[in-house]
Amino acid sequence: KTTPPQQQQQQRIEKILIANRGEIACRIMRTAKRLGIRTVAVYSDADKHALHVKSADEAVHIGPPPARFSYLNGSSIVEAAIRTGAQAIHPGYGFLSESADFAQLCEDKGLTFIGPPVSAIRDMGDKSASKRIMGAAGVPLVPGYHGSEQDIDLMKLEADKIGYPILIKPTHGGGGKGMRIVKNANEFVECFLGAQREAAASFGINTILLEKYITQPRHIEVQIFGDKYGHVLHLYERDCSVQRRHQKIIEEAPAPNVVNDFRSHLGQAAVSAAKAVDYHNAGTVEFIVDTVSGQFYFMEMNTRLQVEHPVTEMIVSQDLVEWQIRVANGEPLPISQSQVPLSGHSFEARIYAENVPKGFLPATGVLHHYRPAPVSSTVRVETGVEQGDTVSMHYDPMIAKLVVWGENRAAALVKLKDCLSKFQVAGVPTNINFLEKLANHWAFKDGSVETHFLEHHKDDLFVDPNNLGLAKEAYSGARFSAALLAACVCEKEQSALKESPPGDNSVLSIWYAHPPFRVHHRTKCTMELEWYSEYDSSGPKLLPLSVTYLPDGNYLIEMEENGLSRFKVKATHLSNNGFRVEADGVSMDVSLAIYSQDWTKHIHIWHGSHHYHFRQKLGLQLTDDDETHHRTSFETASHPPGTVLAPMAGLVVKVLVKDGMKVEEGQPILVLEAMKMEHVIKASSAGYVHGLQAMAGQQILDGSVLFCIKDE
Amino acid sequence: RCLITSSKSQKQLVQRRHFCLGVLPNGVDRNSEPYEHNSKAMEGLISQLQSHITKVLAGGGAEAVKRNRSRNKLLPRERIDKLIDPGSSFLELSQLAGHELYDYPLPSAGIITGIGPVHGRLCMFVANDPTVKGGTYYPITVKKHLRAQEIARQCKLPCIYLVDSGGAYLPNQAEVFPDKDNFGRIFYNQATMSAEGIPQIALVLGSCTAGGAYIPAMADESVMVKGNGTIFLAGPPLVKAATGEEVSAEDLGGATVHCKTSGVSDYFALDELHGLALGRNIVKNLHMAGKQGLMNGVQNRKPEYREPLYDVNELRSIAPVDLKQSFDIRPVIARLVDGSEFDEFKKLYGTTLVTGFARIFGQPVGIVGNNGILFVESALKGAHFIELCAQRKIPLVFLQNITGFMVGSRSEANGIAKSGAKMVMAVSCAKVPKVTIIVGGSFGAGNYAMCGRAYSPDFMFLWPNARISVMGGAQAAGVLSQIEKANKKKQGIKWTDEEEETFKAKVVEAYEREGSSYYSTARLWDDGIIDPADTRIVIGLCMSASLNCPVEDTKYGVFRM
Repeated sequence: KTTPPQQQQQQRIEKILIANRGEIACRIMRTAKRLGIRTVAVYSDADKHALHVKSADEAVHIGPPPARFSYLNGSSIVEAAIRTGAQAIHPGYGFLSESADFAQLCEDKGLTFIGPPVSAIRDMGDKSASKRIMGAAGVPLVPGYHGSEQDIDLMKLEADKIGYPILIKPTHGGGGKGMRIVKNANEFVECFLGAQREAAASFGINTILLEKYITQPRHIEVQIFGDKYGHVLHLYERDCSVQRRHQKIIEEAPAPNVVNDFRSHLGQAAVSAAKAVDYHNAGTVEFIVDTVSGQFYFMEMNTRLQVEHPVTEMIVSQDLVEWQIRVANGEPLPISQSQVPLSGHSFEARIYAENVPKGFLPATGVLHHYRPAPVSSTVRVETGVEQGDTVSMHYDPMIAKLVVWGENRAAALVKLKDCLSKFQVAGVPTNINFLEKLANHWAFKDGSVETHFLEHHKDDLFVDPNNLGLAKEAYSGARFSAALLAACVCEKEQSALKESPPGDNSVLSIWYAHPPFRVHHRTKCTMELEWYSEYDSSGPKLLPLSVTYLPDGNYLIEMEENGLSRFKVKATHLSNNGFRVEADGVSMDVSLAIYSQDWTKHIHIWHGSHHYHFRQKLGLQLTDDDETHHRTSFETASHPPGTVLAPMAGLVVKVLVKDGMKVEEGQPILVLEAMKMEHVIKASSAGYVHGLQAMAGQQILDGSVLFCIKDE
Repeated sequence: RCLITSSKSQKQLVQRRHFCLGVLPNGVDRNSEPYEHNSKAMEGLISQLQSHITKVLAGGGAEAVKRNRSRNKLLPRERIDKLIDPGSSFLELSQLAGHELYDYPLPSAGIITGIGPVHGRLCMFVANDPTVKGGTYYPITVKKHLRAQEIARQCKLPCIYLVDSGGAYLPNQAEVFPDKDNFGRIFYNQATMSAEGIPQIALVLGSCTAGGAYIPAMADESVMVKGNGTIFLAGPPLVKAATGEEVSAEDLGGATVHCKTSGVSDYFALDELHGLALGRNIVKNLHMAGKQGLMNGVQNRKPEYREPLYDVNELRSIAPVDLKQSFDIRPVIARLVDGSEFDEFKKLYGTTLVTGFARIFGQPVGIVGNNGILFVESALKGAHFIELCAQRKIPLVFLQNITGFMVGSRSEANGIAKSGAKMVMAVSCAKVPKVTIIVGGSFGAGNYAMCGRAYSPDFMFLWPNARISVMGGAQAAGVLSQIEKANKKKQGIKWTDEEEETFKAKVVEAYEREGSSYYSTARLWDDGIIDPADTRIVIGLCMSASLNCPVEDTKYGVFRM
């Protein structure tokens, strides 16, 4: 439409500062590196040793851990860019990515903000303004009444026009207060008045708006891209319906069960939306789809690269970060709408450090073991952490994004399930197990995704402690896993000893031969594992097991709890944590993760699609108290000076002086017999004898007071 | 080097023999009648042995074991398992000591001894079994304890005493207390070994009364377990009798008293597992104690070795149970040595004694094995070979299957006594590590020349079929009946043939009983009965223990020429 402005061509980006952390920072750097663009990372104190800092060519410290002092501190980030000579800033997602002020600040300082124009960010950031603009541009909006006229009859008329069910919502406030779903016209008046009263009581303002209530919504969004010459295209849609706590967990592209006609309508609507705000760079237009009527309505527009952009990249075979940089450089879009390919199907599963049974609460901790699924041309793992890193409370607890691609949805789903079972994390609780259940659910397999998916299928997806069948199955699985684990632990110990015997090699390695030698019997060892069942909140189950080293190198593992179980297991140690294990005639790959924390040894085992976590007590926790609190009964009584104590227990044979008598130093006072010998007790100094009460024939105790010598 | 890998292709083996010097042929025909016969017989012996062992492993019986567990105490073998490096081997000695020795069973003589590594350091373990007569010391218990100390001294192995004993068994005090090799010798050994720099470590896991109290007291370092461990010269009852003092066991000699007040013990353990962990720690911190010149033996060793070409389990089928039948010792050697490689020395001379060089788990050894009666030549050859090994500091393995030296006028005239004496002189004086395995008979002076117990082999083990006596029962009966007959004749008493047969049968019966491997091992004439299939590993472990200290130079006495 227009010729590119001169200065933009001069300012070609050679160095980018990434104003973000974690996986997205790493992902942006990867593309930048491929394009020969140098990268600058910024980091808070909490991220000093983070992967995104190590991956960057340069890194600048920007503040303490809380985001508002670091990753949300626009001025220090801009300063860092200027200091390192970066021409551009990529904001990633979250943090400052949708801050119009920050984009403005970059512009003011002569830095290229890799993102949309400031005006578009501002327009789309205001929810009601964005709806107004979209309505004007002919993008479909959820039918409703947003007027200021609040007369009940008029409102009822509007409601009838929209059609039931209807959502009644106070214009102010939130948290669902005053919200009502009206199923039919008869209920309207009552609900309306109720909502009004509640709104007035809660927020002081009782204005109400009406919206069509969508009973079975899907969340479908369209990836759009624009350049600085007014070209805008879309890169098909993503379905992000499956959510928990209003956050996405599994996204896919293209949306399942969608016809091509609908797809192109959706795409066109998204392009119109973008054009309405003179958009350039990457953006996403979110729609709510009514699965009953097949209608779609504009929700909002995200003026940034989204978390789930990789699924789009996988089906259109493009690098969106590269596109972002090229557009920021003033280049036109590399392809036209008709050239956008659409091939296969892609899933993204977000792997979070979180506590699923506790309502998906974020979890923190150390990633003692971190082995993501192996990557390939069709499997991507986007991650910003490494083994040993800490998932802190300061930032989002997402550990990684697992992205897979397949020729079609079914093929991609197979791959997703396989990769999830191979994704190993130990140290913090994760949602991997939950994601696996989700991916294995029949409704998900059918593509019957919708926003209330988790709610509708919660009986299948969440642990029901009353399901005794599943509890029993889990228990027997745990026992089997414990058996495999015991064999692997013994085998690993043995191979480590054999490879490098302890000490100074003065001992022949045959002492560490396998199996260990015993004269006429077999080596046995015992192990006690604790297992926490999801089905039993009462505490850990103890699994005591005994391991016998068999002559053929196999292990016999026996467990007596709840009836004797015996497993004959052969384990071959392959790598650090990898084993090939044969049990019951089946041979399989097994991985272990072992780490110690809080006086407990944690052992995780993965085999097939199973993952079990066991604990083992690590000896005793010794405190100083334990060693000093023991006293014998006769210990440490203090006596006044001149006191003479019985040097041993014994029988008094003779008392040679009377109480109160004056004695010389060394004068015999009494005679004690013990051990068939007589011992004479003498005065310790010259003086008067006090308190002499012993009599001949009396038994006295060791250390008891015999008498005291005083000056008077 | 030799490329033969298959054990079955004997034809091939024979063909290649000329360039595979020293590789022994299989020598065993699995399909032959004797093979089947011998393996059946040995199978019987082993299952009999196994049933004896099973009883012994159960300790002092279910009731005593239960009582022990209720006090949070492990059994002695379990204690040792927790002390040695996880997954490592343990060479237990004289499991069947005390077997049928007293009127009641005394499993393993009430004490478990053996060798195992702790933090890579070989240690001698001596563990009282409190489930057997309260861990008290019978005469055989003392003997087993002293034998363990003897091995520890000779191999310079740190000693770990797991004390849980009521002290000397008072009813037998006359055989336990006064003599040189009685109870007191235990502490003498502790003192003198400590002086030689051999660490003495005591873990007090139970009671430790009277004489027993000196085990921790004489130790370089000791650990006591709170609640269970007590040390006192006299227990509460005796204290009351002697001095009238009334005191609880814990207050009299518990861990607190001894770790805090008396200083009799050094480490305070909260429970048994803690105590055992502290024991491992002590060994970790030994550093150089008792370790001078350790590298001596190690230099000889090849880090890599090959297993024998033939199945070691076939060792169970070679020796005939009927000792009148002779057997070739070479198939036995072929199943003991690395790659079945045996470089035979003086093969064509004195053929009733087989001598030669080989390696076991990479360690060079000289092997001396019987292949029949010892003649003058065999004895001279033996003496020569032993001298070679002593000079080269090559450890010796004796495989005994010997009925004795040749008797008769021709032999005497040839100076068999003189030749035998040469071999006995060489065996006695050779300072290299010696391991003796009795794979068949061990009779008469043959026992001496082949390094019997009196010749202080570092270790000595029996196969279940072994027999030891001064001569065969029949021969002894013959000799004794002739003397008896002569006596009777002098006294003018007539001896019927029937009476003579009864007399002879009695002698034969006594020799039969006293010559058995169980009779021997019960009395600690050896270090244990082993499964023939375990012979290779046992020799390897013994060699490794023996070479824990440097090999001394050998000096001989006067050889009669």
